[in-house]
Amino acid sequence: MAKMNMIQALNSAMDIAMARDPNVVVLGQDVGFFGGVFRCTDGLQRKYGEHRVIDTPIAEGGIIGAAIGMGVNGLRPVAEVQFADYVYPAYDQIVSELARLRYRSAGDFHAPVTVRMPCGGGIRGGQTHSQSPEVLFAHVCGLKVAMPSNPYDAKGLLIGAIEDDDPVILLEPKRLYNGPFDGDPNKPAVPWSTHAKGEVPTDHYTVPFGRAEIVRAGTQVTIIAYGTMVHVAEAAAQALKLDAEIIDVRSLVPLDVDTLCNSVCKTGRCVIAHEATRFAGFGAELAATVMEHCFWNLEAPIQRVAGWNTPYPHAFEWEYFPGQARVALALKAVMEPK
Amino acid sequence: MLEHMPTRSRLHVPAPPARPGQPPDFSYLQLSPPGAVARPETTASWRDTLPLATGLIRVLDDAHRAVGPWNPRLEAADLQVGLRHMLLTRLFDDRMVRSQRQGKLSFYMKSTGEEAVSVAAGMALQPGDMLFPSYRNQGLQVVRGRPLVELMCQLLSNTHDMCKGRQLPVMYHSAAANLFSISGNLATQFPQAVGWAMAAAIKGEEHVAATWTGEGSSAEADFHHALLFASVYRAPVILNVVNNQWAISTFQGTAGGEQNSFAARGPAYGLPGLRVDGNDFLAVYAATRWAADRARTGGGGTLIELVTYRAGAHSTSDDPSRYRPKNEPEHWPLGDPVERLKQHLIALGEWSDARHSALSEELDAQVVAAWQEAVTHGTMNEGPRLDRDLMFDDVFKELPEHLRRERELLRAELAAAG
Repeated sequence: MAKMNMIQALNSAMDIAMARDPNVVVLGQDVGFFGGVFRCTDGLQRKYGEHRVIDTPIAEGGIIGAAIGMGVNGLRPVAEVQFADYVYPAYDQIVSELARLRYRSAGDFHAPVTVRMPCGGGIRGGQTHSQSPEVLFAHVCGLKVAMPSNPYDAKGLLIGAIEDDDPVILLEPKRLYNGPFDGDPNKPAVPWSTHAKGEVPTDHYTVPFGRAEIVRAGTQVTIIAYGTMVHVAEAAAQALKLDAEIIDVRSLVPLDVDTLCNSVCKTGRCVIAHEATRFAGFGAELAATVMEHCFWNLEAPIQRVAGWNTPYPHAFEWEYFPGQARVALALKAVMEPK
Repeated sequence: MLEHMPTRSRLHVPAPPARPGQPPDFSYLQLSPPGAVARPETTASWRDTLPLATGLIRVLDDAHRAVGPWNPRLEAADLQVGLRHMLLTRLFDDRMVRSQRQGKLSFYMKSTGEEAVSVAAGMALQPGDMLFPSYRNQGLQVVRGRPLVELMCQLLSNTHDMCKGRQLPVMYHSAAANLFSISGNLATQFPQAVGWAMAAAIKGEEHVAATWTGEGSSAEADFHHALLFASVYRAPVILNVVNNQWAISTFQGTAGGEQNSFAARGPAYGLPGLRVDGNDFLAVYAATRWAADRARTGGGGTLIELVTYRAGAHSTSDDPSRYRPKNEPEHWPLGDPVERLKQHLIALGEWSDARHSALSEELDAQVVAAWQEAVTHGTMNEGPRLDRDLMFDDVFKELPEHLRRERELLRAELAAAG
């Protein structure tokens, strides 16, 4: 075990995957010599060479298109999209090609590509460096989609993704790269070394897709969250002195319906929290799923906490961000239904 | 200076030289005399290939002789094989269009007039080379020996469909024959072919990748990504633009062909661009071979523009007489690829009209027999059908819980419907 922040954990995952399998290659903008703008690929090119850690042109569609071809030819590419906000030029390659190649060729071709992308706000990124587009991938058949909330899961999910024969979209909340964040920007930053999930095995392990994690067991209300919102939800529930059961979804596709719904059936109350915009966000899918399975156990309408249905404004980052205040209002609403 | 110097900006909307009712006009085509274009060494710098991007590589002359430095000097037996593949492709296309008209296929796209583009290129490449076809490259399937029955079962989405009923007709694939799955979204295969070639180079293998797209879809960003990545990484890839003049109803000028050739985009990225008579079997073979040899020896990628003509409709869903003169195909100045190779073989004393007729009959009978066999595996309307459960397979490698549940729901739905 070692203390790692999420960047080091992701780096360790790629390092281990590359050491174990010569077919694993990393490609993306600035990932090689420089080691990535967030340093996630730091040192990998020095260790594995320019043929395995490849700096690419600024062309996301080209990066993913080339990664698919590499995957078809036996490699396991890990493509970094520098910001999730930049992924849209590659969207056709991801949706129409990567996700559906196995299906359309009846299993004769597949491309085991992992696409990593930093997502989320809280870093003064404005509307082009703060988005959380996970639902745009969760909606696409054939992609596995995950968003870790801590270094341990980040490493385990990334190793699992690279070894998976299905394509995986891994969204990395960049506000969590250096430490857990409870939604209060005025508090001093907390490093991962102070957090239990900053203890990361140095060796190989995987976190399975399709398995949510109960971060905190509780009885009064279930909070379903992922990414940064796991930490915000924990803090908000604690401030209200609620015995909340907090579930980190981790894997959006496949979705661990049983863990989510067993919890809500038990507590009878449910708040769903994500950073992405609310309308048709992944929370809508979660709410519908919970409603279908837990309707007769619900004591109150399900509440969703999300970003507003606006782009992420630079000057009003914290008014946009679904912080503890917004979570608290939702919790109060489910605890005291009118 | 422009001929008529404008005095203010004015939107220019390219218009084809002729629409229905107007006389066909191909005067816009820049043609080089057969044999006139020089052939640089395959190791030449892309700078030394510049004239090839605007000239036209041609081997067969008007007297049906093979002339000039690009003559690949193929044996007569190879030419006969090429003729056979092209003729089979054409007869297959004709029969499948007829089947569609009879309501036995939902859709079809023929390659009439463009057979050399696929057949000659396919023959110039090696079996280990990976092909990323477009939807009008059935000649590649023929060259690589895909059984007609197998292709037809795909068209029929029947119980022997290689795609298990998931793809529109003509979107074939064969992993065993190194024929990549055809997408249906345009030009997406271009950067994929480059990635495949990059992987071959990373692994130190000598195989090359080749891919095809139309001049219309060369407007897609994927095309430009592919040229850029091919150039940056010197990937062993052959990027083919099949300029058949028409993208459904839109002529090649709308895709950017009015101001410069499509081949000229190669040198803009530091890749050789070869502009080739796509209806000249020998020219297509020679150009492909040049690019493959160059790629195999570390010279990187080549862009090839194949100047040809879409003699038929885009697909069975459009009527070309609505957007171009009915008699335009007859005026295409570069003739018909099958007829030209046939006449060349006759000029060599290696073929005859009688042999051609006999071959035509033999191949047509082959197509008919294959169809009779294919329909025994099911058609759209009758015979055996694919198991519906299959629709949930291959979304992921393993069937996940949510799809297992949906499979049950469909079973229940069908049971409830009786």
